Amino acid sequence: MNKAVAEKKSFAGVITNAPYFLWAAIFIVVPLFVVVYYAFTDDTGAFTWGNITDLGDYADTFLISVLYSVIATVITLVIAYPFAYFLSKCKASSQKIQMMLVMLPMWMSLLIRTYSLTQLIESNGIINSIITSWGLEPLEMINTPGAVIMGMVYNYLPYMILPIYTAISKIHPSLLEAAEDLGCNGFNKIRRLVMPMSMPGVVSGIIMVFVPSVSTFYISQKLGGTIRLVGDVIETQMKNSKYHIGASMSLVLMVFILISLAIMNKFSDDDGGMIV
Amino acid sequence: MSKNKLIDLNNITVSFDGETILDNLSLSIEDGEFVTLLGASGCGKTTTLRIIAGFIEPDSGDVFFDGKRINGVPPYRRHVNTIFQRYALFPNYNVYDNVAFGLRVSKVPENEIKERVMEMLELVGLKGYDKRKVDKLSGGQQQRVAIARAVVNRPKVLLLDEPLAALDYKLRKDMQSELKRIQRQLGITFIFVTHDQEEALSMSDKIVVMNGGKIQQIGTPTDIYNEPVNAFVADFIGESNIVDGVMLGDYRVKIDGREFKCLDTGFGKYEPVDVVIRPEDVDIVPLDSEKAMLTGEVTSVTFKGVHYEIIIDVCGFKWLIQTTDISYVGEKVGVYIEPDAIHIMKKSEYSGTFGDYSSFSDDMDPEGEDGESSEEGDE
Repeated sequence: MNKAVAEKKSFAGVITNAPYFLWAAIFIVVPLFVVVYYAFTDDTGAFTWGNITDLGDYADTFLISVLYSVIATVITLVIAYPFAYFLSKCKASSQKIQMMLVMLPMWMSLLIRTYSLTQLIESNGIINSIITSWGLEPLEMINTPGAVIMGMVYNYLPYMILPIYTAISKIHPSLLEAAEDLGCNGFNKIRRLVMPMSMPGVVSGIIMVFVPSVSTFYISQKLGGTIRLVGDVIETQMKNSKYHIGASMSLVLMVFILISLAIMNKFSDDDGGMIV
Repeated sequence: MSKNKLIDLNNITVSFDGETILDNLSLSIEDGEFVTLLGASGCGKTTTLRIIAGFIEPDSGDVFFDGKRINGVPPYRRHVNTIFQRYALFPNYNVYDNVAFGLRVSKVPENEIKERVMEMLELVGLKGYDKRKVDKLSGGQQQRVAIARAVVNRPKVLLLDEPLAALDYKLRKDMQSELKRIQRQLGITFIFVTHDQEEALSMSDKIVVMNGGKIQQIGTPTDIYNEPVNAFVADFIGESNIVDGVMLGDYRVKIDGREFKCLDTGFGKYEPVDVVIRPEDVDIVPLDSEKAMLTGEVTSVTFKGVHYEIIIDVCGFKWLIQTTDISYVGEKVGVYIEPDAIHIMKKSEYSGTFGDYSSFSDDMDPEGEDGESSEEGDE
């Protein structure tokens, strides 16, 4: 009797889990194998290391992608951390509204957000028309590395604020009082308690900003002019049916991201609540 | 134990959202004392503690510490440390780092820190636990870490906010004597907040009974128990029968139409008073005994382990009696009270609200632990 119930239960478990496994197989595992297959074969389908070794030509692209993403991530962190900290200190009602405002841009497509940014910083865009109306020289903003980094910061800032804010607001007020009781002034309280305790949030935020930044192509295309990042190159290869080199680039980027995440995880000694 | 005033609260008033939490409260605490602030939730005891710690500023009134006025001095500059209700240990640090926290903040050299932390862990009985994560410890062990973390900073005063409330009965008993031992060993002032009268009676040098933001009575445990000033204190500290009486003169009081001898003097002739008689001081005697001063009928008998709790209806007033001799429901019995068991109190605002056991039941205890949230919410 009991056995029958147990079997029934596990059968129900299989049924309910099936859609997920099917999904994972079709849209995660199979494409991964396809990428790996293309990365290590040539046009005839024979095994080759050639696609990987050819990537030496794109070393600059990789370097620039990583450099811009790191800069963007650092800037995002510098903006997001104090913001999240002071947000968590606001009244509960105002926290909700402010959090909504942070999330609001995410309700729009990344494409539209980036496109609206071009309107702002174009040579004859909104900012420049204001500046020239004051009789000043127009600024060269679009099609610069700065514009690309700004696009990354602008687009991914909420992904940094959110996990940090969550981590900080989870710190129980009595812990802050305990720290104060043990001699911490405001600065020490942040350094010795809030910062270490919000580390998991910071790590999540860094991952959630760095990963999409390093693989973006749309932001650099719209804001970067001739600047080409890894994402752009992969897109071009795929468009031109150069699947093998495109796949190998994707694979290398993926491995690079995985290694970065592993290193990040090492830094955060928290044993739970981590992404990846 | 030196006897100089260490903390002086003068005419402290605090209100939150128009509700008065502390009403013109004044209290002095001497160096080396174990003082307990006792009261039900919402009486203002935790607020008083938080004013001394510096987490709340009084709306009016002065706080003196060691002769200096410390209004406006932030918590991190005060020579007091707190043990919080739910310990508030830092979950990201291990036991050692938790205890070392305060010393590191005040930049004590690392080798001295090590010495003091280890010494402290030994004092609280946690030797060898220094590398443990705090969330892997039991409630009692976390409690000990909290004590060590506070005491290691050598505060002049240790503030304890219901520190034992979260522990089970046996552990609480152990920690009570443990805390008392630590206090004696270190000789520092403890200010202890609790709603548990038994805890207060067994640990304190001095008890401050609070209600409605006011101090009802200050005294030693025996004073408070034997000589409560009003019906509230009498009822809050232990069980008591509080009956209406009229003084017939010195040493004579009339209860239920019968004259009793007592030890109290100084009341007006025919002054109405509250008479407190502790349940353990009432004897049940046979109905026809000449010792029977009042007669009544047994309405309830409950076995409590060490004694029976018996309710006797005497002319409509239900008396609670604790005795080791059994009686039976429905039995008619006599009641005998020694003169020194009778304590006379002046009438107060609390007269008539306490001390009758007509609605008595085991779960009428008004100060449950879960009731504490209302007071916490005030901050």
